[in-house]
Amino acid sequence: MSSIEERVKKIVVEQLGVKEEEVNSEASFVDDLGADSLDTVELVMALEEEFECEIPDEEAEKITTVQQAVDYINANLE
Amino acid sequence: MFSLENETALVTGASRGIGRAIATGLGQAGARVVGTATSGAGAERITAHLEEAGIKGFGVTLNVTDADSVSAAVAAVTEAYGAPTVLVNNAGITRDNLLMRMKDDEWDDIIDTDLSSVYRMSKAVLRGMMKARRGRIINIASVVGLMGNSGQTNYAAAKAGVMGMTRSLAREVGTRGITVNAVAPGFIETDMTDELNEAQREALVGQTPLARLGRAEDIAAAVCYLASPAAGFVTGETLNVNGGLYMA
Repeated sequence: MSSIEERVKKIVVEQLGVKEEEVNSEASFVDDLGADSLDTVELVMALEEEFECEIPDEEAEKITTVQQAVDYINANLE
Repeated sequence: MFSLENETALVTGASRGIGRAIATGLGQAGARVVGTATSGAGAERITAHLEEAGIKGFGVTLNVTDADSVSAAVAAVTEAYGAPTVLVNNAGITRDNLLMRMKDDEWDDIIDTDLSSVYRMSKAVLRGMMKARRGRIINIASVVGLMGNSGQTNYAAAKAGVMGMTRSLAREVGTRGITVNAVAPGFIETDMTDELNEAQREALVGQTPLARLGRAEDIAAAVCYLASPAAGFVTGETLNVNGGLYMA
């Protein structure tokens, strides 16, 4: 089983169509990885599916970087 | 070009009138159809009607003003056929009154049932459409939302709101292969227009170049077009189907 960070990064690569090496922990989805607002909504949808959870809108809005996504999942799951 | 094979359509307010004709039309074009009604008896009527017409589908109960009910209806469709690929927001009511006599609940009921419902339903189906990278949302507006009608400030406001929402949502989700359009019927022969008196009917027909009231099937045909591959490059549009009563 790969780590949460690896799973998150894999989803980011798939959803945003970026290269793996661009996706470092501090990368911002919008500023660094070129996501638009709808991409970030889809990214959260994909995270919800991967980790079988529901991320409330008010929490989803705070997830803007890879690390924040990892932290949220660590704090709320498993 | 107009085939809806492999599409799953959800049509609100499908037990009678325009919604029933839309459900029938979409089904005849090849879609699986789930129609909604506010009562269990209405839902059963839809199931029976679809079966009789040889259309794969069924009726469910839905209160479009209740978010939980909306989630349950979308879940029922998804369980049976997969996520809806076509949503037709048709359910609507009127509660006419002169503005100076209008009660707050007459205003609020119309905004909730005719406008906020479109928000709730669209939000509920968009997740599946975003994932599928395709989808069609078709909102039934009204000529009254464009030209106004004395005694219908609430209804006109809701329907004009639907058309504005249609254009905004079309911009939001276009990159995901989802189109959002509206059909604005003129005066159509349904239970809703049965309330008109003879003088009102004659006046309306007199102002209509095609010199008749519309039929529910006229609206269904427009919806079937917008749902079909033929309308793949049409989004944010309001298609007027009113016999020429009003030309934008």
